[in-house]
Amino acid sequence: MDLFSDVVFLSRVQFAATIAYHFIFVPLSIGLGLILAINETRYYRSRDPRDAAATKLWVKIFTATFAIGVATGITMEFAFGTAWANYSRFVGDIFGAPLAAEALFAFFLESVFLGVLLFGRNKVSPKFYLVSAWLVWVGSCLSALWILIANAWMQDPTGAVLSSDGTRAVITDFFAAAFNPMTLAHYGHTVFALLVMGSFVAMAVSAWYMIKGKNTYFAAKTMRIGAICGIVTCSILLLFAHMAAVDVSVEQPTKFAMMEGQYDTEVPGFAPFGWVDEENGDLYAPINIPGVTSFLATGTFDTEFKGLDALSKEAPYDEMNVSELPVNFIFQTYHIMVIMYGAIMLVSILAIIFSFRKGGEIQHMKWLQRICLISPIFPFIAIQVGWITAEVGRQPWVVYPATSAEEGVHLLTADAISPSVSSTELLITLAIFFVVYMVLLIGWARVIGRFISEGPVEEGGKENVPA
Amino acid sequence: MSPLEVLWFFLVFVLIGGYFVLDGFDLGIGVLFPFIAKSEEDQAVLRRAIGPIWDGNEVWLITAGGALFAAFPDAYATTFSGYYLPIMLVLFGLIVRAVSFEFHAGDPAWRKVWDVCFFVGSLLPALLLGVAAGITFEGIPMDAHGNYIGVPLFGLITPFSLLCGLTGLSMMMAAGANWIALKAPKPSALQARCAKLGMPLQIVALVLFVAATACVFLYIHPTMDPALNALRWIFAALVVGGLVVSMFFSKVNDNDLFAFVSHSVASFSMVALGACSMFPNLVVASSDSVGPNITLMSAGASDLTLFCMTVILCIGLPLVLVYHVIIYRTFRGRLTQEDLTEGAY
Repeated sequence: MDLFSDVVFLSRVQFAATIAYHFIFVPLSIGLGLILAINETRYYRSRDPRDAAATKLWVKIFTATFAIGVATGITMEFAFGTAWANYSRFVGDIFGAPLAAEALFAFFLESVFLGVLLFGRNKVSPKFYLVSAWLVWVGSCLSALWILIANAWMQDPTGAVLSSDGTRAVITDFFAAAFNPMTLAHYGHTVFALLVMGSFVAMAVSAWYMIKGKNTYFAAKTMRIGAICGIVTCSILLLFAHMAAVDVSVEQPTKFAMMEGQYDTEVPGFAPFGWVDEENGDLYAPINIPGVTSFLATGTFDTEFKGLDALSKEAPYDEMNVSELPVNFIFQTYHIMVIMYGAIMLVSILAIIFSFRKGGEIQHMKWLQRICLISPIFPFIAIQVGWITAEVGRQPWVVYPATSAEEGVHLLTADAISPSVSSTELLITLAIFFVVYMVLLIGWARVIGRFISEGPVEEGGKENVPA
Repeated sequence: MSPLEVLWFFLVFVLIGGYFVLDGFDLGIGVLFPFIAKSEEDQAVLRRAIGPIWDGNEVWLITAGGALFAAFPDAYATTFSGYYLPIMLVLFGLIVRAVSFEFHAGDPAWRKVWDVCFFVGSLLPALLLGVAAGITFEGIPMDAHGNYIGVPLFGLITPFSLLCGLTGLSMMMAAGANWIALKAPKPSALQARCAKLGMPLQIVALVLFVAATACVFLYIHPTMDPALNALRWIFAALVVGGLVVSMFFSKVNDNDLFAFVSHSVASFSMVALGACSMFPNLVVASSDSVGPNITLMSAGASDLTLFCMTVILCIGLPLVLVYHVIIYRTFRGRLTQEDLTEGAY
């Protein structure tokens, strides 16, 4: 089939590309929002102008990042209606409410108090300014909550039944829909990953100043903030990640089988890396420790999980065509995420040890500074491939027929598009998206680069160094 | 027609009205930007006058979109997919506009680029949202499932919808001029220029509005339920009255605050007039349409969803209003020299 005239394919490409781009900046702003608020708390206590300068730097970096997040987020909110009209009709009874709630409870909070952070330093009391900093961060976490409630429902559409004419999902229980079996782990897993991202960026900026020998006061303090946040968030992340994986094994059998590259019904082992031969339905994995994945998912070493071949023979999974599933792709994205987590944990441990040992030994450790400088790439990759695993893994459905969902409440991605939108229109907008988003990326990189090279400079241009 | 459906029909329009009033003036300032800013300092005043508030104002659009999706999914699906290219142009406008504020501040070498983005990004939504409203009034051809079946983009744009677009644009530009007259340091050349500019823009808006309304009353939705018809006349009178009073306040009394407020009353009444003319339709089917009108009954979400949405709104809306009071109070009054030199920019 010619891909350039395939509306389903083009709609998917457009959504995937715009959400992946959006999901570069959202993790940064949620993560850095916490660093900003912690730093402002330090300033509120110390009243040291060097800490005020640090807040100002974080506000500038945060705002430029937040602006792209906002800009690309509007695209996402409207994308359901523009390119996925049939999806919107099917899920409208459930899916719209969290989006509206997100705007009411989160976006207003963030945007109003960010206005205070940007322009209000001398207009509001120090306490109010501090509260504003925390509210901006709370707002960003709330927005993640509502959008992930919406997404968790797509993964596990509970609390709804199929309408009598079979054209849409109708809500039966608001709380069952909003807080389905997957919501908590989905939220915790995502948000803590974003906080890891923020911590690592804080460490990277500090490491940059250490390497350059500039702003040494800021660098030492921020390295510690980043290291503490990093070790705490990535420890908690492990818990939620485990919960999320267990949820998938229970609720989304086909995704679980794809993540493990499992075609045959068997006890899943643990392969740290491998390659899926999709044609013959085999997994090549030099190391495969028997029973471990079974144990992680269920607590016993000998639980059998159905493979893709068996699943495809029973309803509702008989809608899928095993030979068209991106099994190797999902196997790889999932395993890359796990490997990245290993790197994240290692960097976190090194950073926490050496930013506190002997009063901050890291300031003299060039190799660790260099590792910290590049370290944001690990959570960045992990977040992207993790999200791809969650979203591509539920294909060919856009609303997944999860175990705990009512019969019939699921929708194939191919049935979810806008019948009135043509491939030409999608190609035109894809081209514009590409140009606009590239300009945004370059503009953002220029601005952030300039902010960081200017550094946390106090009024009068004093450098941020120990007194 | 359940009471909740009727309630949400009007609530969606209240949110759209909130957007038109609040983001209207800062979009208007973006459109006026290249014409009224004669110096770097003027530009700084314009940006700073909306810097702390524009983002919150824009959230009203997102809320309105979310509310339409939640309360009337079919109307959301039909309009957003039917108006695909115009909606995408609005989006691209809002995207480049949103970043233009921060990137302008942080990147002196590229300032010209972000200035252009600010202007274009304001013009596209300011014009096209009114066009979209006009299309919805006039009616579109739909298939039996409510999918648009006409010619994309240029098939949608008619003389009437263009008239609606220009009406919205001129209202926003006038609101922008009023806001700057209210916020710019006084006395300053910029303040005087904007105070003077308000009236001609409002006269243009008035003329366009009367023309568009005449089309609606005489030709697009001539027959109406008598109660709604009476409401239509009241809101139409409020639009005209609001604009006239606004001109009076700015010319005779030199009261920029009241001029801005009465203009906002006119803007909101314009959306209310639209709501009364549409009721109970959300999307009108044109004469060559296969499918019927999309109404609040046919598109409405289930009562349980509408009830949950009402609870969410009852908690959320008071909070939103408090946030707005906080931000507008914190940054009340005319800008001073200190305002322009301090802050993150």
